[in-house]
Amino acid sequence: MSLAWIMALLLLAPLVAASLAFALPAAGRWLALATAAAVSFAVVRLAALVLDGGVQVHRVGGWAAPLGIDLRADGLAVLMLAVAAIIGGVVTLYAPAYLANSLATRGERDRFWPPFLMLWTALDALFLSADIFNLYVTLELLALAAVSLVALAGKRAALEAAMRYLFVSLSASLLYLLGVGLVYGECGTLDLSLLAVRSGPGPAMWVAAALMSGGLLAKAALFPMHFWLPPAHANAPAPVSALLSSLVVKGGFYILLRLWFEGLSGLLTPAAAQLFGVLGAAAILWGSLNALFAPRLKILVAYSTVAQLGYLFLLIPLAAGTTDGFTAWSGGLIFLAAHACAKTAMFLSAGNMLHAVGGDRIRDLDGVTHVLPLSAFTFGLSGMSLVGLPPSGGFAGKWLLLGAAIARGQWWWVATLLGGSLLAAAYVIRVLFHAFTRVAAPARSRPVPPVMEWTALALSVLAAGLGFTARGSATLLRVGAPWPSAGAGRA
Amino acid sequence: MDGHGLIPLGILLSSFFTGLVIFALDEESHGLRTALNLIGATLKLALVAVLLWGIYHGESFAVSWEFLPGVRFALAADANSVLFVTLSTVLWFWTTLYAVGYLEGAPHRSRFFGFFSLCVTATTGIALSANLITFLTFYELLTVTTFPLVVHRGTPDALQGGRSYLTYTVAGGAVLLLAVAGLHHIVGPVDFVQRGVVAPFVASHRGELRVLFLLFMIGIGVKAALVPLHGWLPRAMVAPAPVSALLHAVAVVKAGAFGIVRIIYDVYGVENAAALGVLGPLAVAASITIIYGSTLAVFQDGLKKRLAFSTVSQVSYIVLGAGIRGPLSTTGGLVHLVHQGLMKITLFFGAGNFAETLGIHNVSEMDGVGRRMPLTTAAFTVAALGMIGVPPLAGYISKWYLLKGAVQSGDGWVGLVLGASSLLNAAYFLPILYRAWLLPPPAGRGDAPPWRETHWMLLLPPLFTAALVIWAGGLAESPASPLAWVKLIVAREYGP
Repeated sequence: MSLAWIMALLLLAPLVAASLAFALPAAGRWLALATAAAVSFAVVRLAALVLDGGVQVHRVGGWAAPLGIDLRADGLAVLMLAVAAIIGGVVTLYAPAYLANSLATRGERDRFWPPFLMLWTALDALFLSADIFNLYVTLELLALAAVSLVALAGKRAALEAAMRYLFVSLSASLLYLLGVGLVYGECGTLDLSLLAVRSGPGPAMWVAAALMSGGLLAKAALFPMHFWLPPAHANAPAPVSALLSSLVVKGGFYILLRLWFEGLSGLLTPAAAQLFGVLGAAAILWGSLNALFAPRLKILVAYSTVAQLGYLFLLIPLAAGTTDGFTAWSGGLIFLAAHACAKTAMFLSAGNMLHAVGGDRIRDLDGVTHVLPLSAFTFGLSGMSLVGLPPSGGFAGKWLLLGAAIARGQWWWVATLLGGSLLAAAYVIRVLFHAFTRVAAPARSRPVPPVMEWTALALSVLAAGLGFTARGSATLLRVGAPWPSAGAGRA
Repeated sequence: MDGHGLIPLGILLSSFFTGLVIFALDEESHGLRTALNLIGATLKLALVAVLLWGIYHGESFAVSWEFLPGVRFALAADANSVLFVTLSTVLWFWTTLYAVGYLEGAPHRSRFFGFFSLCVTATTGIALSANLITFLTFYELLTVTTFPLVVHRGTPDALQGGRSYLTYTVAGGAVLLLAVAGLHHIVGPVDFVQRGVVAPFVASHRGELRVLFLLFMIGIGVKAALVPLHGWLPRAMVAPAPVSALLHAVAVVKAGAFGIVRIIYDVYGVENAAALGVLGPLAVAASITIIYGSTLAVFQDGLKKRLAFSTVSQVSYIVLGAGIRGPLSTTGGLVHLVHQGLMKITLFFGAGNFAETLGIHNVSEMDGVGRRMPLTTAAFTVAALGMIGVPPLAGYISKWYLLKGAVQSGDGWVGLVLGASSLLNAAYFLPILYRAWLLPPPAGRGDAPPWRETHWMLLLPPLFTAALVIWAGGLAESPASPLAWVKLIVAREYGP
């Protein structure tokens, strides 16, 4: 199968499915299943191509970069596409049962599928985009799909959260777009690889970089721009929360990486890199503390996302300005993949437990291991990855980041990484304590369809064992990484 | 991977899969669960026997694959790991039998036995780890899988015990991770090799290696319950008796002691550690732990609490043996790894029987219990006398070698520690034995033993392990004894 077909499958399968789901609401579920199958197949083929033949560039319509649109797939893009396919697939399996139990009418349920498939399209397009304007378009599309999904529950709190999310998202996009305009005026191109050659330090570029970063930080919910995330993620239906926490916020982070390590890599000074790290550390601390004291389970999980996103930003100071940034780079990105799986599993298992006990407070979970042992187990297992216990993917990521921090002698990041793990352990354990508490008989308990328990469990098992694939992920990430060969012999 | 790699893998999977299947079992499938447990335990025993035979004949068993970039996940069996894996497998078998009898009719048995199996998987994983990162993996897995066992009862007490257990062990795990990452930075991937891997760096990285050693001892010392990191152990006593037995004799505390042995002999190498000057402080810390634990044990009325403080003290004999340079003290420390396990598990089985059969939880209630439960009390007595160090029981052998080693290396003060500790051991065990055998039982409790003093599944395990205590001590100089195996290890560590 040629590259053109693969790219077409990745982008058009979810897009066509989304359009069909508008027209045929009842078929949404089956369209999503077909999409999951098609996209997964395409990702596997693309991974093989990239591993064999290096970075793949597809010129849409045959026009070269300044005029036409380039779709570019390197190791990083493939990893992100794979994560999106896995999460998308699991949500496709999980959502029908969940929606059937939580939304009253058939019409409401069917409204989930078009924006979900649109979100998938946007993500695939975002990961394959090679210029900063296309990235803007996909980012906007992603945000609109995400906002519609948050509003899906239709309750007052959900609508308020969706409005706030929409407002933040639009302002952030606007900032980013301003930056794009400045960059274009200064460099005369939007293509990332051309920018890497043409961009250089200067007042206009500094302003542009600051504007774009500001917008992306809000999109990626990095402290202190995280305030919109907990209400939005906590008030959405469980599968939507999972999508938002595991994929949508990562979109902003992905573009940030592409900017600072590719297009504008000349602008990344050590001070700027350390600043990202400081914000990341603050996010870890603030997110974890809030999770530790959150009264509601989904708020806890959402604040855990705020904290875990902080770890991703540690890769910037650890990878920048060194010939062997790849250790930290691969560590941060493996951490990202692990967080996506673990957080999805955690949100889904939280959804199961809340559904069963019919409340959303953490103390409602007392004794839930007796009712839903599988979901409690899933929660614990995904917690293991968030804490970073071996052999989880979270551990593999932290190990590499830790190694990079020690090698560079940046001890403050060592302390941050370890302290963050302890805090994560504290809030995960907090939930488990309630789950294990003995109660005479749980007050209420509604049955949970097995498919909801098993899909979440499967994903948490994947997250807990993801460390075993770290070697393969690193090989994939090496393709097209900003450190092409330096340090290759080390591994 | 050839057939030999499959053996260590099989040893892990024999309990891992058992655990997973048991989770899926219905609460009521009592017979099936028991059968699965025993089949898993027997299979593991058989595989360990193959391993033992092979290692004795100089074969090697290893399997590994690349895990993180540049880091391998590696299982292998050497003489050290066989010592620990045999101990834990044999004791797991008997503890499983005991737990089946103990928990008859209790709720959530599927969950209990599932985690029980996973816990043993983690322990054998620790034994069979061939490098530091694999060790770390199983060390953390052990923390995770033991937690549900500690809080099994779900009472506020149990949750409190679990909270303190996790606080200590998770923090310890973070320190250990830092130590592993730090050492990895200096020497690269760390495989367990006899006499260690740090020799080329002793001169150039003296300060770093010392700090890392301290971090290792803190990280692992939490599980080994070195004072002042022992706080969780007495509080974790709320767990059911089989869990306490497992925690103290086989899994957690023992894994900590084994970890310290690994770090000293196979990561640092005892000669390098001595050259770095880190062994002396460790021996002092172990001595303090020994005296402190024994002293506190004297003042506990709760039988399990007393045994817990006794564990704090006894496990540090192993650390003490590792902290003194010289083949004899190494022998004493390593052999105590096995001896302490056999004796302590017998004591906990006994304590569990008293609690389960007669509702006795405190030493002050034990008057005349020997007349009502003679076999259990006899087993308990053998183990208690062994702990004190009465010849020819297992504990005597350990103490004798430790003493000879201390004299050989010129650390005379260790003799004082051993003497004081033995006196204290006697001070907290002899009153129990006196009460049990010589004082009249309180009115209302029958003093003639019924035909069966308790369920056979509760009786057989302590009798068997007590027999092992006698065997390990009495036949210590025969080729089929823990001591003989330990001498094999020591010859390889110190040999030419």
